[in-house]
Amino acid sequence: MKAIEAAGGAGAPRTPRAAMRRRQVREGLIEAVVTLVALTGIAAVVLIFVFVAREAIPLFTDPEIAKEVDLGRMFLPRVTRAGRPPGFIWQPVGAIPKYSMIPLLLGTLKVTIVAMAVAAPAGVAAALFTSEFAPPRLKEVLKPTIELLAGIPSVVLGFFALMVMATWLQTAFGFSFRLNAVVAGLGLALTIVPVVFTVSEDALAAVPRSYREASLALGATRWETAFRVVLPAAAPGVLAAIVLGFGRAIGETMIVLMASGNAAITSWSFGESVRTLPATIAAEMGEVVVGGAHYAVLFFIGVELFVFTFVLNGLAAWSVRRLVRRMSGAAA
Amino acid sequence: VSVRSRKAVGGGFALLTGAAAALVVLMLAVILLDVARGGAGRLSWEFLTAAPSEGMTAGGIFPAIYGTAVMTLVMTVAVMPVGVMTAIYLHEYAPPTSRLAAAVRVAVTNLAGVPSIVFGLFGLGFFIQFVGRGLDRVFSEPGTLRFGQPALLWASLTLAILTLPVVIVATEEALRAVPRDHRDASLALGATRSQTLARVVLPGALPGILTGAILAVARGAGEVAPILFTGVAYFLPDLPTSPFSQFMHLGYHTYVLATQSPDVEATRPLLYATVLVLLLLTFALNLVAIAIRTRTRRRAAAGH
Repeated sequence: MKAIEAAGGAGAPRTPRAAMRRRQVREGLIEAVVTLVALTGIAAVVLIFVFVAREAIPLFTDPEIAKEVDLGRMFLPRVTRAGRPPGFIWQPVGAIPKYSMIPLLLGTLKVTIVAMAVAAPAGVAAALFTSEFAPPRLKEVLKPTIELLAGIPSVVLGFFALMVMATWLQTAFGFSFRLNAVVAGLGLALTIVPVVFTVSEDALAAVPRSYREASLALGATRWETAFRVVLPAAAPGVLAAIVLGFGRAIGETMIVLMASGNAAITSWSFGESVRTLPATIAAEMGEVVVGGAHYAVLFFIGVELFVFTFVLNGLAAWSVRRLVRRMSGAAA
Repeated sequence: VSVRSRKAVGGGFALLTGAAAALVVLMLAVILLDVARGGAGRLSWEFLTAAPSEGMTAGGIFPAIYGTAVMTLVMTVAVMPVGVMTAIYLHEYAPPTSRLAAAVRVAVTNLAGVPSIVFGLFGLGFFIQFVGRGLDRVFSEPGTLRFGQPALLWASLTLAILTLPVVIVATEEALRAVPRDHRDASLALGATRSQTLARVVLPGALPGILTGAILAVARGAGEVAPILFTGVAYFLPDLPTSPFSQFMHLGYHTYVLATQSPDVEATRPLLYATVLVLLLLTFALNLVAIAIRTRTRRRAAAGH
């Protein structure tokens, strides 16, 4: 580069051909730099996986850690007290640390079920309304307003779930634990709804007008057109929206950390306190010994979360591709 | 079934979808009203400019505001060049059938889906344990840690990676909005590709790129999970003095006040006021971004 600048600065290029060459070299260099920087995204994903996995690997290689925990002890039932039936216990601090993943997986599942049960229908219905029934003026206001909900930091939603929703829900349903799977799940639904809404709305808007016109011309009502023609046509996109929302729900940390009560209990009851995978990492990483068994297990949870969301994102992307193919086929 | 009853049933269902939309907007309104009502009373100049005192039951949140601002600034400086250049590659340089561009897109989509707590683990495992400890091995006295511990810089870089997809997506949309004719005109006049980019395309895309920056800042300022183990501190009487200091943060401060206060009633007004400040900050940023984007989109639609 320096040589080029020096030559350029020294005076007029000697021949037009030399000037042209220099220009080409410079253009090539710029393109190379831009391309190289663009690889950062790929590098980031690879590095995230490698470096999170790297800290979890001692789980399988370190004999010291193997004395405390292994895959069997993380996933299979274990007798923890003589005379009791085998169970699943997460209790990483204590004389005999216990690292069963089952209560955490179950907790994550319970919270996610509550969140999706509310957020999926609400998000899709709101998207259907916005795309099919709302007058244009209302639509222009509704979309950014719901997107604004996505802009609220999750710690604020966690705060709201903890301080306000928990009290409402306890008054309404009489939970014996103030913080539980329902409170955390409904708090979580607040962040999932905008995800489901935005992606579904995009999918519905991508359905060609001709579908609606054909349906209405055949005598279908507006609702029948929306529900039996437009929604099925956009189905892959709506499915992608729900899958993406699901992935977000599994990985969300602050809301569950604040509103779930954080007790690792193996139970199917939604009224009890729960602890999820991400909340466990957030709550316990501060107190662990770097390089120890507990540290490695928390990174292992990170690997699990990475893999779950990677698979879910892949599914969603595949679904969106199907929608695009279907819509472009329809347009042709 | 008569047409009339079909219409009535359909109308009922349509109303139901409207109710769902209304419910979502209502929840948003309830949250905003609750925070505004609870926080407005405690908000004052002193609250914004003083440090917390008396076990966080009195005083203000200045160190948290300062920490959030500096962290976000460093993050923006780190993420913008990379994000903008990636978008330029994807939209301006890569051929439409490029395998590499497709791979970058897949990676960026996946990056956007990685849970924020995993970014925190990555920051700890990569920036602190790998890069920081590596630097310590070379530059620090044996046995001391200068770089290999939670710090402002590591938190900022972690968030820069987290917000990368936001910048890329926004910038690419901005580039798409610059009409093809402008590029063709510039190239036809003899400008090179990079000159066209620097003098025609990027100026045209500037509002959109700005939107990306603002959205990234709004996102980065509010995220707490990624900085839990990479740099944030529970309480610091002094402001951070170097990139390797720890710092206080509005979002983390909210979490601390909400869950770890010894006296819930005494901290409640402070908590509400802190949330209000955080919310005003992120909301103002989001509103500006949405406004710019709406204007750009309208102009783009008119241009085509």
